[in-house]
Amino acid sequence: MAEPAISFQDVTRRYPQKAAAGDVVALQDIWLDVPQGAVTGIIGRSGAGKSTLLRMVNGLERPSSGKVIVNGHDVGAASDASLRAIRREVGMIFQHFNLLASRTVAENIALPLEIASEDPARIPARVGELIERVGLTAQASRYPAELSGGQKQRVGIARALATAPRVLLSDEATSALDPDTTRQVLELLQSINRELGLTILLITHEMGVVRDICSHVAVIEAGRIVEAGETYSVFSRPGHATTRSFLQGVTGVAVPHFVAGQLRDTPQDASAEAVVQVTFTGRHATDPMLARLTAERGVSVNILAGAIEEIGDKPFGSLIVGLPSGRLDESRRFLEEHGLMTEVLGYVG
Amino acid sequence: MSANLIPILWESTLQTLYMVALSTLLGTLIGAPLGIFLATSRRGELLSSPVLNTVLGLAVNAARSTPFIILVVAIIPLTRLIAGTSIGTTAAIVPLTIASAPFIARLIETAIREVDAGLIEAARAMGAAPFQIVRKVLIPEAMPGIILGLTLAVVSLIGYSAMVGAVGGGGLGDLGIRYGYQRFMPEVMLAVVVILILLVQAVQSCGEWIASRFDKRAPRNRGR
Repeated sequence: MAEPAISFQDVTRRYPQKAAAGDVVALQDIWLDVPQGAVTGIIGRSGAGKSTLLRMVNGLERPSSGKVIVNGHDVGAASDASLRAIRREVGMIFQHFNLLASRTVAENIALPLEIASEDPARIPARVGELIERVGLTAQASRYPAELSGGQKQRVGIARALATAPRVLLSDEATSALDPDTTRQVLELLQSINRELGLTILLITHEMGVVRDICSHVAVIEAGRIVEAGETYSVFSRPGHATTRSFLQGVTGVAVPHFVAGQLRDTPQDASAEAVVQVTFTGRHATDPMLARLTAERGVSVNILAGAIEEIGDKPFGSLIVGLPSGRLDESRRFLEEHGLMTEVLGYVG
Repeated sequence: MSANLIPILWESTLQTLYMVALSTLLGTLIGAPLGIFLATSRRGELLSSPVLNTVLGLAVNAARSTPFIILVVAIIPLTRLIAGTSIGTTAAIVPLTIASAPFIARLIETAIREVDAGLIEAARAMGAAPFQIVRKVLIPEAMPGIILGLTLAVVSLIGYSAMVGAVGGGGLGDLGIRYGYQRFMPEVMLAVVVILILLVQAVQSCGEWIASRFDKRAPRNRGR
């Protein structure tokens, strides 16, 4: 396997407190490899430590212990001068864009080039190229105050790409945007990832962002990574409660309201119906397993909700079905033997 | 008002303009770097040096809490050292500068502290050195606030300049006291006040206009 673009090796970050209460631990025992050329998402609730984790990649935060290796450089141990050189290989975009209000779109994009002491004669051509890539040619001489949120983030992206970095960090880049604009910005990031082979590491609290563009994901909770891997396998076999709660409503379907209101933890009588979430992944997503359950075992299946979508270019199906509680164990065994995953959500009746 | 007072009024106006212009210029030359440093040198900030920040902050506060008329008299030896004399319009520029520099420093510090911390973070993420951040981010972004601050400083200096008559500084304020008050010529007093009002008004409008030229934060500046 190729060298990871970014590697967190046993990273801990503590914030010393003045009071004797002890240090606040923001991150603990982080081991994480971010693969080259992939889009990796770190998902967590606010305060989980994802922002601190992201800022360690370009040295805006330093680890209290452990190493952060980026493009082969040990960022945590770098001197100020070499850190500035490393930062030019790592672009960053922000939730609130952080554009200079006093500079036009073109001037904002030129800023990192000026900072890198690029030959002034070569800046306009490079800026023009970047403006075209993000589709803002008509807005080149406008000021940020005259742009929409989506346009501002495009400027942010162009600016982050100016010094031709190998890694792009995204700090909740779509959290301040509406769903349509979010989709456009994510598509732009995805096309940049594919066309430039740029490694993207993003943090988000929205599983939809992970589903849409991340091939890899790490779930962070209270300063620890609780689950990490390829998005598809994490989505299909979430191992941690936090992951499952993030997945709710993002993959497939939610339990319909008229059923959710009646759900109980235990069946009340023999005629009760078990409400089961069935997840189909990979090649099984297209198999007619429920039909076979009915045909071969004579179990009647009541479909309550369902959807099939694509995650990481693979089909991912999710169904919520009602099964007779008396035949629940047998049915689950049948489905699981054929590669489907089942989870009992509760009972009705 | 008799016609022979007009040249005196004109001369006093020029003296005021001369004192205010030079002391604003010198005060800014001292106050701007000081203000930028104060805005960026607390613990953990760009030019982090908390001890120097505290010492300079105390010095600025001390200078600002001294009543101007006392400052003028107290620093007469220093004035003599710098200007060669402690009397006259040029000599008056010394106390005016010393009073304006810490004031301007605080105004510029405030304007720079208004700049969104996210912009500093973005610049750091680009690999900018502290000095580049000051030059390319903080100063341009704070410019509208800095201009309005300097406008306020000029207006205050016009007021202070009225007090330097105490050391023979001349100017409009001095004229108002000597002719209007001490010689019972209320029309001179009135003329002085009117000229001062017009001056302040002109300075304020001018400052606001320049600040708005720098201010790209609101879409009203579309197509400047």
